Amino acid sequence: MLSRTADHLYWMSRHSERAESLARLLDMHYRHSLLPHDTGHLDQDWLSTLNALGVMDDYLARYQRFETGTAFQYLATDRDNPGSIVSCLWSARENARAVRGAMTAEMWETINTTWLDLKGRVANPDDATGADFLDWVRYRTHLWRGVTLGTMLRDEAFRFTRLGTFIETADATARMILGRAGCALSVASTGSMAADAYAWTLLLRSIAAFEVYRKVYRDTVTAAKVTELLVLRRDVPRSLHRCMEEIDEALQDVANTRSHETQRRAGEMRAQLRFGRLDQLLETGIDQYARSFISRIGDLGERISADFLVPGSGE
Amino acid sequence: MLACSEQVPSRDSELLDPLSIVVTQPPYDEMRLPDGSQREHYRRYAEWLAVQPPSRIAQRRAEADSLFHRLGITFAVHGADEGSERLIPFDILPRILPASDWAVLESGLKQRIRALNMFLFDVYSDQDILRAGLIPADAVLCNSQYRPEMQGIQLPGGIYAHIAGIDVVRAGAGEFYVLEDNLRVPSGVSYMLENRKMMMRLFPELFASHSIAPVEHYPDVLLNNLTSVAPLGILDPTVVLLTPGASNSAYFEHAFLAQQMGIELVEGQDLFVSDDGLFKRTTRGPQRVDVIYRRVDDDFLDPLAFRSDSMLGVPGLLSAYRAGRVTIANAIGTGIADDKSIYPYVPAMIRFYLDEEPILSNVPTRILRNPDDLAYTLDHLSELVVKEVHGAGGYGMLVGPASSQAEIEEFRHRIIADPHRYIAQPTLALSTCPTFVESGIAPRHIDLRPYVLSGRDVTVVPGGLTRVALREGSLVVNSSQGGGTKDTWVLES
Repeated sequence: MLSRTADHLYWMSRHSERAESLARLLDMHYRHSLLPHDTGHLDQDWLSTLNALGVMDDYLARYQRFETGTAFQYLATDRDNPGSIVSCLWSARENARAVRGAMTAEMWETINTTWLDLKGRVANPDDATGADFLDWVRYRTHLWRGVTLGTMLRDEAFRFTRLGTFIETADATARMILGRAGCALSVASTGSMAADAYAWTLLLRSIAAFEVYRKVYRDTVTAAKVTELLVLRRDVPRSLHRCMEEIDEALQDVANTRSHETQRRAGEMRAQLRFGRLDQLLETGIDQYARSFISRIGDLGERISADFLVPGSGE
Repeated sequence: MLACSEQVPSRDSELLDPLSIVVTQPPYDEMRLPDGSQREHYRRYAEWLAVQPPSRIAQRRAEADSLFHRLGITFAVHGADEGSERLIPFDILPRILPASDWAVLESGLKQRIRALNMFLFDVYSDQDILRAGLIPADAVLCNSQYRPEMQGIQLPGGIYAHIAGIDVVRAGAGEFYVLEDNLRVPSGVSYMLENRKMMMRLFPELFASHSIAPVEHYPDVLLNNLTSVAPLGILDPTVVLLTPGASNSAYFEHAFLAQQMGIELVEGQDLFVSDDGLFKRTTRGPQRVDVIYRRVDDDFLDPLAFRSDSMLGVPGLLSAYRAGRVTIANAIGTGIADDKSIYPYVPAMIRFYLDEEPILSNVPTRILRNPDDLAYTLDHLSELVVKEVHGAGGYGMLVGPASSQAEIEEFRHRIIADPHRYIAQPTLALSTCPTFVESGIAPRHIDLRPYVLSGRDVTVVPGGLTRVALREGSLVVNSSQGGGTKDTWVLES
């Protein structure tokens, strides 16, 4: 297929996935804010998230000082932030529009309707704040995933769509763990273990993995087990292991003469997750591990772009 | 070789051109006879309509609007808000043509396109028609739409205008006239297809009670034709659709047609020319392209040959084309056959190449380079429509009966300064069709653009795009000024 088409499909699904991940992240903060807490703790939590997303500098440049209200706005509806939910849904739609012939009519209709509805919601601020908005984003992205899986031919276009989805999910899961680990450490130092467990529980809930956790471990929530669940378990849909499996397989299907090294790196990351041990991971430190993973998945994304999506003008 | 250097406005928006004919007598009503009773081919529809509760009709009209928005069946508006592509209003009351009318139209359109393709072949080879003196040589050779680069190229099947959108109107007594031959990059066919889909979704019962000729096979016919004109020796040709990109007003149609045909929608940046031909850049390296269905104007196709500032084309495309390595549809240089200065000669072409009498009439046209025509026109400016040639419709036009004395005088000076640039036509009464408007159902002026496809055979899909001027009395079907579309039904019995 055309490199440009593959590029649009890849970024369409990355942006759609990013919108969903952000909604889940904000949902976690929203749930957190409903708990009894002191303000400092809540702020700490937000700062950790903004750091994990790597947007702290940009946020402060725009809003001068931290406030929970503006942080929510910055990540949810700020059109000047190219990484906000609204901006991501717009980018997903624009990428889709550029290649609407390369997807099924139902996919286009879904993504276009999402954008039309969103415009209506943003026009009325009450509809673009709080849990209801986040639920709506999740619902629309679920629908998008469903229509993609349910209608798209399993061809190259599908593989690049999947690549975008799982590169983004892997990145988002790693950043969520990093944000939580950064915050958990500071809480742990104050000795509030109950609060720590509760914070990890919120993370699980926000990615719909709390029941999964209970089913798998039948145990209280601990940082170590949550990490195992979200990093090493291949049967958890948003775990790093699961994502790398999907990425590795999609890459094998689209391999070309240039992509050997990219395949190798993806395969290596997958193997390390498959054969990795939790105790070694904890020894490295959860935050350290997450940081290293984020940089490797970023490298993989860049390699995919160079090998397939925007090959230089050389033929 | 003579050359002219006039700039021709882009044809991107030719669908939005205003109609040029003004009512001077009671128009032909497509639905009703002068005594107010229904014409036979509308009888069954009218009976159905009479028993529909107004609430159902209103609800269906709203549903159509919301569906078109959701499906993104829109045209892009430059400089508008993000994501606010506009809808072309859709009227749910169909334009119905009986089989007998269609038979005349179909044979007339096929005849016309055959002659126009033969004319293009002739102009770019031996120029018999010029040597026979039927068309003044300088009208062709000194026309900016004539492309000397095309001289002597052999095109597969000798076809130049693979896709044509012929604008047809019906005047006072019900007779058809061809208003314009669009042979460059005619647009609008996606609306023909989507309007039909919409009508079938909204009113399935009407399709059960009427024998309406289907139009859904248009993309198949088009793809077959495009495949059949691939360069010689290519067994399984790769066809692509070349679009100027997502900001083009007709982008929806480009994406739609590419998808319906299952071919790749490409932009100039996706293609490159090397020694052995034309290639597209893919995730698996370069792949050969054999046929381009282009929706980019001649001027922008190849920056090395035409406009050097164009970012929309493919450098070197013309040389690959001249070497016969790729087919371009429509061919480069078809504009010479649909220019307004050549239009008056189409009936002569039909007689010259086919030795037949034209089945469809031209609007009687005065060519102002002829002194007699010029004198008559200057005496009757307030009754006539005067059009500038070498330009897309609507540009530089005088509609006499609708103009003030000052406008007429101003135009008179322009004509006298350069009569070669103008033609003049009588004002005709454009037929009307009942249409839903705010106050209910009222007659509105319409035209028809059927699409004629040429490959091994010439095919006209039964129907076309009916455009309607939604404003009372207006003849302007321009969609920025309240123009809309209707589904067009050709009855099989």
